[in-house]
Amino acid sequence: MAESLLSLNPKKRKDLPLEYSTEEGDLKIVGFWVFLAAELVLFGTLFGSYLVLQSHTAGGPSAHELFKIGPVMIETVVLLVSSFTCGLSTLELRRHNVKGLIGWLVVTVLLGLVFIGFEGNEFFTYAAHEGATLQTSAFLSGFFILLGTHGAHVSLGIVWIAGILIQLARRGITPVTARKAFIVGLYWHFLDVVWIFIFTAVYLTGWVM
Amino acid sequence: MNSITNFLSHFFVTGDPMIYGADVSIVLVTLAIFFVLTYFKKWKWLWQEWLTTTDHKKIGIMYIIAALLMFFRGGVDALMMRTQLALPGMTFLNSDHYNQVFTTHGTIMIIFAAMPFIFGLMNIAVPLQIGARDVAFPFLNAVSFWLFFAGAMLFNLSFVIGGSPDAGWSAYAPYAGTELNPGVGENYYLLAVQISGIGSLATGINFLVTILKMRAPGMTLFKMPMFSWSILITSVIMIFAFPAFTVALALMTVDRIFGGHFFTIASGGSPMLWANLFWFWGHPEVYIVLLPVFGIFSEVIATFAHKTLFGYAIMVWSMVAISLLSFITWLHHFFTMGNTAPVNAFFSISTMLIAIPTGVKIFNWLFTLNKGRIHFTTPMLWALAFIPNFTIGGVTGVMLAMAPADYQYHNSAFLVAHFHSTLIAGTVFGIFCGLHYWWPKMFGYLLDEKRGKWAFWVFMISFNICFMPMYFLGLMGQTRRMYTYPAGLGWGPVNFVITIGAFGMGVGFVIMAYNIIWSALHGKRDTTGDPWDGRTLEWSIPSPAAEYNFATIPTVSTRDAFEAMKEDKRAGKEKAPAAYKPIHMPNNSAIPVVMSAFMFIAGFGFVFWWFWMAIPGVIGVIGCMIARSFVYNDAHLIPVEEIERTERAAGRLS
Repeated sequence: MAESLLSLNPKKRKDLPLEYSTEEGDLKIVGFWVFLAAELVLFGTLFGSYLVLQSHTAGGPSAHELFKIGPVMIETVVLLVSSFTCGLSTLELRRHNVKGLIGWLVVTVLLGLVFIGFEGNEFFTYAAHEGATLQTSAFLSGFFILLGTHGAHVSLGIVWIAGILIQLARRGITPVTARKAFIVGLYWHFLDVVWIFIFTAVYLTGWVM
Repeated sequence: MNSITNFLSHFFVTGDPMIYGADVSIVLVTLAIFFVLTYFKKWKWLWQEWLTTTDHKKIGIMYIIAALLMFFRGGVDALMMRTQLALPGMTFLNSDHYNQVFTTHGTIMIIFAAMPFIFGLMNIAVPLQIGARDVAFPFLNAVSFWLFFAGAMLFNLSFVIGGSPDAGWSAYAPYAGTELNPGVGENYYLLAVQISGIGSLATGINFLVTILKMRAPGMTLFKMPMFSWSILITSVIMIFAFPAFTVALALMTVDRIFGGHFFTIASGGSPMLWANLFWFWGHPEVYIVLLPVFGIFSEVIATFAHKTLFGYAIMVWSMVAISLLSFITWLHHFFTMGNTAPVNAFFSISTMLIAIPTGVKIFNWLFTLNKGRIHFTTPMLWALAFIPNFTIGGVTGVMLAMAPADYQYHNSAFLVAHFHSTLIAGTVFGIFCGLHYWWPKMFGYLLDEKRGKWAFWVFMISFNICFMPMYFLGLMGQTRRMYTYPAGLGWGPVNFVITIGAFGMGVGFVIMAYNIIWSALHGKRDTTGDPWDGRTLEWSIPSPAAEYNFATIPTVSTRDAFEAMKEDKRAGKEKAPAAYKPIHMPNNSAIPVVMSAFMFIAGFGFVFWWFWMAIPGVIGVIGCMIARSFVYNDAHLIPVEEIERTERAAGRLS
């Protein structure tokens, strides 16, 4: 047996889930949690900037005039459900069921695409019909960049899951693919949490105020 | 034809003999490198041994080489400024050019010289100090380096192509916006700093996980060497500070490139928001470049006083306190921008509080020296000079922290003298100290002591000639960033002395560069791996360290682990070394260097609003990430025979 790059005790790892069963997997999962902490600051800064600029409409449309409840609710439900299906995929991963894992990840990706479709349509409606673009006012710059950053993260997540799906189909569930599927799940849930804050800080306050 | 001429005259910076000189020297240096590599058939060697490496020691060396070059560039900027200010009414630089030079000086020194130099030293020393064979994510480590490199090259390109940024290193809105600052200079700043900032964030994550998860058996957190502790805390600061800067830069990029209104005056933008976001990163950044050198001084002072560090736990907790306080002091950079009195009072007090843990550290270093057998080597001289010089910078910092008094000092030469006292006597002395200290571990020979001490004395005395008078110049009324002044104000003589000091520091740097070349040819070989009678694990292995660092991972039971091993050996209680096993090491990869080339292309495209160039660059970056995801064969085994051969060659196996 090769002595690892890492110094952790291999005996303790036997009882852990597959994604934690190698030292490399363990390190990468911890590293990803730390990355999510940095992402938290990134989104926190965007939220802070948005909230400062929310009332700076400069004669352009305000949040209250712009936001429509219907599509936003659908978007929200779709993304929350995708987080649930992503959780189911992790459960299938724990049961070492590659078909179930792939199936639920595919559902997650499809829901993600629906979400992106709705969000793209929302942006397009604002820009084309209401004349509300990123260049209109500070409020709208903040709105498009905060939501756009989240949407770009979701889009990247879709590409990322697609790549992992190919690897799962080719290689089945191994410690490496298990770690990848687990980490992308963490990422997806994180985006869901961010969306809950967007729903509250952007849409709810926008409707109320 | 006319349109082509018109384009070229804007694309290339024209009209100044110094720029043409830079053009010529860039072309000549590039040709010379190309010729040397081809003549000696070194291209393959360069690619395989360096450009694609994932070895933390080689990445560290590349960081240091790049940082030294950037130091040179930033230093030339400084000398240009000091030449312009040497006498009243000088016409060496015009106001525009002067603005560009102080902007690039600040940005390069902080982001492309100080930080990468520290990253280089931590890459070299941290895994060796904690008994690890590499960092947690060696591939990501290479990505970090190449992103920094791409950012640095992009930033320096602004000097000859398109024009340099001129809004200061803090790039305050609205002056840095497109309305008041058309042209590509500020775009260069935003994109270049962004690219290298992403690399810095990745470095923070990498070293946090490395230190938390990869320490040798028995090395609990409170048995770690102090430098590793300082890097652990610095990594946490980087992880929480850099994303805010990423966002700030991105928002201003949106303003400039896509017509957004975050920081504009029109359409509801808030220029103050930039000041807040910038300094929310910018103040912690000060500690990102200071805490690591506190760690270096702790190692060097303990080593050359031949004593264990005084007040180890207090040293750690004071760094933790500094790191927490560093996040709640940012507003002291703009006390005078119309905050209410309670807000100024809060930030005034939080700033002054930082003096307490810092003062505690100063006393701990002094008590470490107390009754030590002090050995005045070059690294030790830098460390000893740090204590009084840095304390002057700290005390003037407390003066600036008092908000009512700050209305007097703000944006004066007094402030400039203050932060140079901390950043030169702290960071620069620290990285030169670390460079001399770990040089034998990097290259297997020592830097010459006699020449090293000459460099030290010239640099240190010149530093004081330069910055001591500057405090008084500030109190006499000279503000920062002014490109000239009339004779009648009486600032001329003081400015002339300051300029002499600045050139003296340049001479000191040149002596050090000469020492590096001289020592490469004639330097004393380090055959023991322990030239300084060191106390920590990096000195327990041969110099330079083998690819896998430790043939067998040591077991640690105390602080100063290597000192304890040497004592055991003297007492005849040496443990028999464990048998070698094959070692699992990461493979080289071309993806980091290719990816950052795409990043450079994307950045250059955005700088010039050339989306036809930027978009393929971005696609290339994403393509590299996807390609990496499909690489499964990313590590190799070093067989026992090869380990035996390497260790035997280093004299560690009979």
